[in-house]
Amino acid sequence: METIVFSLLNGIIYGLLLFMLSSGLTLIFSMMGVLNFAHASFYMLGAYFAYTVMGATNYWVALILAPIIVGVVGMGVERWGLRRVHANGHVAELLFTFGLAYLIDEIVKIVWGRTSVNYQVPDALNFPLFTIYNAQYSAYRIFILFVAIFMLCALWYLLKKTRAGLIIQAALTHPHMVGHLGHNVPAIFMGVFGAGCALAGLAGVIGGNYFITDPAMAVQMGPIVFVVVVVGGLGSLEGAFVAAMLIGLLQTFAISINASFADIFGFLGLSPTSEFGSITIASMAPMLPFLLLVLILIVRPTGLMGDREV
Amino acid sequence: MTTDYAALEPSRSEKFRQRILPLILFALLLVVIPFFGPSRTTLTLLNHMGINIVFALAFNMLLGRAGLLTFGHAVYVGLGGYFCVHILNWIDASDGGFWSSVPVFSMPIWGFAMGALAGAVIGWPSCKRSGTPFAMISLGVAELMAAFAYMFDSFFGGEMGISGDRMSGPEFLGLSLGPLDEVYWFIAFWTFVGVALMFAFTRTPLGKLSEATRDNPERVQFIGFNPTRVRYLVFIFSGAFAGMSGGMAAVQDEIFTPESLSLIPSGAVLIAAYIGGIRYFTGPIMGAIVLTYMQSNLSDYSAGWLLYLGLLFICVVMFVPNGIAGMVYGGYDAVRKGKTAEVLGQFALRALGVALMAVSVIVIVEVAFRYSEGYGEVFEPFGLSLPPESVLTWILAVVPLAAGIWLTRHVTRKAEEV
Repeated sequence: METIVFSLLNGIIYGLLLFMLSSGLTLIFSMMGVLNFAHASFYMLGAYFAYTVMGATNYWVALILAPIIVGVVGMGVERWGLRRVHANGHVAELLFTFGLAYLIDEIVKIVWGRTSVNYQVPDALNFPLFTIYNAQYSAYRIFILFVAIFMLCALWYLLKKTRAGLIIQAALTHPHMVGHLGHNVPAIFMGVFGAGCALAGLAGVIGGNYFITDPAMAVQMGPIVFVVVVVGGLGSLEGAFVAAMLIGLLQTFAISINASFADIFGFLGLSPTSEFGSITIASMAPMLPFLLLVLILIVRPTGLMGDREV
Repeated sequence: MTTDYAALEPSRSEKFRQRILPLILFALLLVVIPFFGPSRTTLTLLNHMGINIVFALAFNMLLGRAGLLTFGHAVYVGLGGYFCVHILNWIDASDGGFWSSVPVFSMPIWGFAMGALAGAVIGWPSCKRSGTPFAMISLGVAELMAAFAYMFDSFFGGEMGISGDRMSGPEFLGLSLGPLDEVYWFIAFWTFVGVALMFAFTRTPLGKLSEATRDNPERVQFIGFNPTRVRYLVFIFSGAFAGMSGGMAAVQDEIFTPESLSLIPSGAVLIAAYIGGIRYFTGPIMGAIVLTYMQSNLSDYSAGWLLYLGLLFICVVMFVPNGIAGMVYGGYDAVRKGKTAEVLGQFALRALGVALMAVSVIVIVEVAFRYSEGYGEVFEPFGLSLPPESVLTWILAVVPLAAGIWLTRHVTRKAEEV
């Protein structure tokens, strides 16, 4: 029971963070057809910018300022990088973002060093909020929960209830028609790209001190974000949400299960000392998203809730 | 009006010049190199170049020829290589029996077989899709395989990997494969075989069909071929040649670690092939040579060499999508059309502009690196002292960059006006 409650809470928080990261990527991917390899790098930039801004001022300024800076960087990348490469096709765009991820990794190493930086939870939130099953639950995790839910509502309101959201939604499926109606589609692209990067940056700001802020965080997070987007389905924020929660819960629960294959398939005569039998479910946890990715792409190419094939 | 298609066929001399002569020259080059007495480091470098050339060409069978972008091609190198290291150990341990009669020289063939097998198994589900889904599946498979590699120690040897001994077993052609120069002959032979076979593959109906599938899968279906099947077959061949390069690496390095299956070498080969130019058969060869050289030499000079590599890659993607080979053949075409002076002048100006920008970028990166490490080390190229607070540093960081950008833009604008 104890494990289930904790896994559920942690899984939801991880899932919400994943959604925050992948919502921007889903928008960018559906609208421009570009799978942005550097998206997780913007998440990393968010964490590092927050660390620097926090050093100069305080956490609350960083929470606002860092995502904005990341968003501006993202807009610059779209304006002077991606738009240029666009003429050479999707593969060139994909490769551009691939190279960009490489570059951002290296620049981060130059500016902030190769080891992790001491980006910490602010004192105002660094206390146990409540105690369940004799274990304390940190207030910062609940803060992450609230920020993520707030962002979720804001995004939903922006996309579904405002005029700008209407145009973005139209551009998701019919970019040419939106262009013919007189809207500046490249500007919309730039805005969405910037906003997507800012969301990734926000995830970095609140995730960087929850996990750890080091130059490897982009590489660790990057592939999982792709899994969320592809599993969720093209053009579907709801799908991305479901997929993010699914993967968040799946991974968190898998880590807490100590059973090995021998325990499960023991009735088939699998010995617990054999190489295959000694693998635990917990050690399989990092692989599960990729297993899901490959299966989904083969069985259901549109993703869980997408309306088009990737 | 009928077209006489027989008349469109290239003449015998053209065929010889375009298809056979380059291979002969390549073979001659491979044979001549050892007579210059290369050092041990150079030989190791050359051997790795050979391995990477085969790998990059195998990769380009998919990306350049079949239009399939994969992020996990090192999986096949890794599987082929691991299989070969195991065979090396079996040969070593054998006492009579089958493996005692297998020469180490044949390793690339075993790697080829293993790569083909892996390609046939993994390719079956992944080749049902093309484009971005295919790339994503390859990424997922690569992550899965890398995780597997760390799990099954009996085949992959855990973090330490598995090592073998290339000097065991019967000798072939009198090569004991002990000293590096004998390994060079081994690598040179198989590099040539790999290059020749992969070039021959582009001339086969399947090779031509793979290009057609890249350009227009629908029309391939109209003329009665199944694009999925074409992709699958090409995928098997590409995996096989990647496995072959793994077999070559197993003999050269005598060790394989799970790292060799990871996304890092897969990304490196992608960068190599693209920098070289994926539209040309020779592109990946040039890219592999340049990248291997950079990997082994530039990393000695600067801790930031990956940054330079990333910059180079982005610049190629943005400004020279046809890569090094595109520049070489573009220049060759201009010379043949008698526009040598004009093109050469433009090229010289552009090169000057790029060189100016490079000066600034290097100054910025090197000074920043030393500053961020915080040991107070000063960047001192050619006897100049460039501390981060000196005016000269800032001038060198800004002026050549601005001048270079202005120059290249100016040349581009002039070229567009014509």
